[in-house]
Amino acid sequence: MLYFCVVQTKPIITVKDLQKSYGDFHAVKGISFEVYNGEIFGLLGPNGAGKTTTLEIIETLREKSGGTVIVDGLNIDSQANDIKQIIGVQLQAAGYYPSLSLTELLELFAGLYNMPINTLEMLSRVGLEDKAKAKFKELSGGQKQRFSIATTLINKPKIIFLDEPTTGLDPQARRNLWDLIREVKAMGTTVVITTHYMDEAEQLCDRVAVMEGGKVIALDTPDTLIDNLVASGFERKKEVKKANLEDVFLSLTGQEWRDE
Amino acid sequence: MKYSQFKAMMAIAKASFRSITRSPSAVVFTLVFPLIFITVFGFLKGGSVTLNVALSSHSDQQNSVYIGLISNPAFSVHHDMDSVEQRTLLLKGKLDAIIDIQKVQLDSSSTYDVNLYTTMASAEKGIIVRSMLEHLIDKSNLSAAKIISPMATLKQQELKGRTYSTIDFILPGQLGFSLLSTGVFGTAFVFFNLRQTLVIKRFFATPIRKPFIVMGEALARMVFAMLGAAFLIALGHYAFGFTLINGLATVAEMLVLSAMGLIVFMGFGFVVSGIAKSESTIPPLANIITLPQFLLSGTFFGVENFPTWLQPICKMLPLTYLNDAMRKVAFEGASLLDLGPQLAVITLWGVIIYAIAVKVFRWE
Repeated sequence: MLYFCVVQTKPIITVKDLQKSYGDFHAVKGISFEVYNGEIFGLLGPNGAGKTTTLEIIETLREKSGGTVIVDGLNIDSQANDIKQIIGVQLQAAGYYPSLSLTELLELFAGLYNMPINTLEMLSRVGLEDKAKAKFKELSGGQKQRFSIATTLINKPKIIFLDEPTTGLDPQARRNLWDLIREVKAMGTTVVITTHYMDEAEQLCDRVAVMEGGKVIALDTPDTLIDNLVASGFERKKEVKKANLEDVFLSLTGQEWRDE
Repeated sequence: MKYSQFKAMMAIAKASFRSITRSPSAVVFTLVFPLIFITVFGFLKGGSVTLNVALSSHSDQQNSVYIGLISNPAFSVHHDMDSVEQRTLLLKGKLDAIIDIQKVQLDSSSTYDVNLYTTMASAEKGIIVRSMLEHLIDKSNLSAAKIISPMATLKQQELKGRTYSTIDFILPGQLGFSLLSTGVFGTAFVFFNLRQTLVIKRFFATPIRKPFIVMGEALARMVFAMLGAAFLIALGHYAFGFTLINGLATVAEMLVLSAMGLIVFMGFGFVVSGIAKSESTIPPLANIITLPQFLLSGTFFGVENFPTWLQPICKMLPLTYLNDAMRKVAFEGASLLDLGPQLAVITLWGVIIYAIAVKVFRWE
């Protein structure tokens, strides 16, 4: 039992006193947290809280102003390029060469990671095998996000970063993406995800950090955070029903995800 | 296994090349426009002079001057106009001369008066008509005087030279223009869009280093432009008789020049992509760079045809030197070593423009 706990809580990302300033503006004000190996870790917060900045610093895309970041034992200051090889990054609203097919785009990323892949197998992992010849611009929102995730998996990364992957998707597409993310986790990959949908964080994340104004103001499992709030005497204004409107919508329109 | 930046660069080059070949604007600028100009100018007749002359309606046609006139291929003799029409066309310069030959009956023999009307509207050709006509009259006079051994005869020896046709001038200019537009427009749009759509940011998240991203993109454009250049040269040579003085060696030298030119022009593209605030500001900025060179760099007519006050500007532009170098290589058989001044100016432009590009280029 003890052994199990040690494995569970082995940190794969350690962030200490991370700061980021743009001139006088302090986007990230000395935050610290750890992401454990194999978990789905959520960075929550309203727009402008510093989620994306934090994520992009860990992804080696942005210089930090202060603090230390260690990813799988590699220091971001001196080993950024080694870090790039073991992570997969999905950006908010990233585009690709618009006139290339999905197969050609995967070949491009295979080359960028120096990692030969079976493109069809990769596409079938994200349920896009029949879109092999389609162009990225021809995909629906959900398909685009799943393709983006496929590009993050090419180098068999230890960690993948997903920046608001479900923003703008319909309920079916969101659920479908959650399933994909859970599958990725089941393969042993650590997932760091930002979102401002709390239901998503509750369903998906093992632990969440809540950010506000460049600071982490809470960090725990969703369950514990809820329990803490309830223990403080919080009560919902309205009696919680056994289902919500989304459940109604899904039961009316069907759970299964469809091609838009 | 060690990570290979080269492999990653080649992956970008391949993807970018595919992307370029599917981009209508790249194909239009690199191939279609130059092709249209080359075809139009390739079919223009160059070299031989045609003299349009009309014979006045009551001219005598039973004399050796007239016979000499119609048997000379340089003359196109029109009989089918009345005198008013002849006069109108002459004044517009559509006719180069009107010739009127009248028989004058003397007692026992007859002579001829040859009247020539020329116009300021076609002054140069009028002079040619006059001298050719004089020659015909002299010949007739000699034979009428039964002079078999004239005092002086002209013996001309033509040294076999190369025929310089329109295509020899137009093709290098079009090639230069094609390189200029693909270099400036293509590079500016691609890097602006890669930045705008976060493609380049996604690349940053992979282990490839920044210079290799740029080199991969540049390589793709280079290969595309070189294939385009080779195609234009081949078409010009086989379809329109473009002179390649040393055959394949000349083609190779032209491609080296093309590559040099393209690198400089891509530098302009990097600058434009760096200073453009939005996608719609790219075309005007790129046009500011390409249009003056298109007009002033000897693409369609030699720089020496411009007024003297404009020539110093012409002689500052990089395309002028590329066009000049291309023509020297293709037609005169100059080797790259003979092109020191041209290559020096092109290189200098390269140094200047990349110094600016490094300053203004933005990654995000």
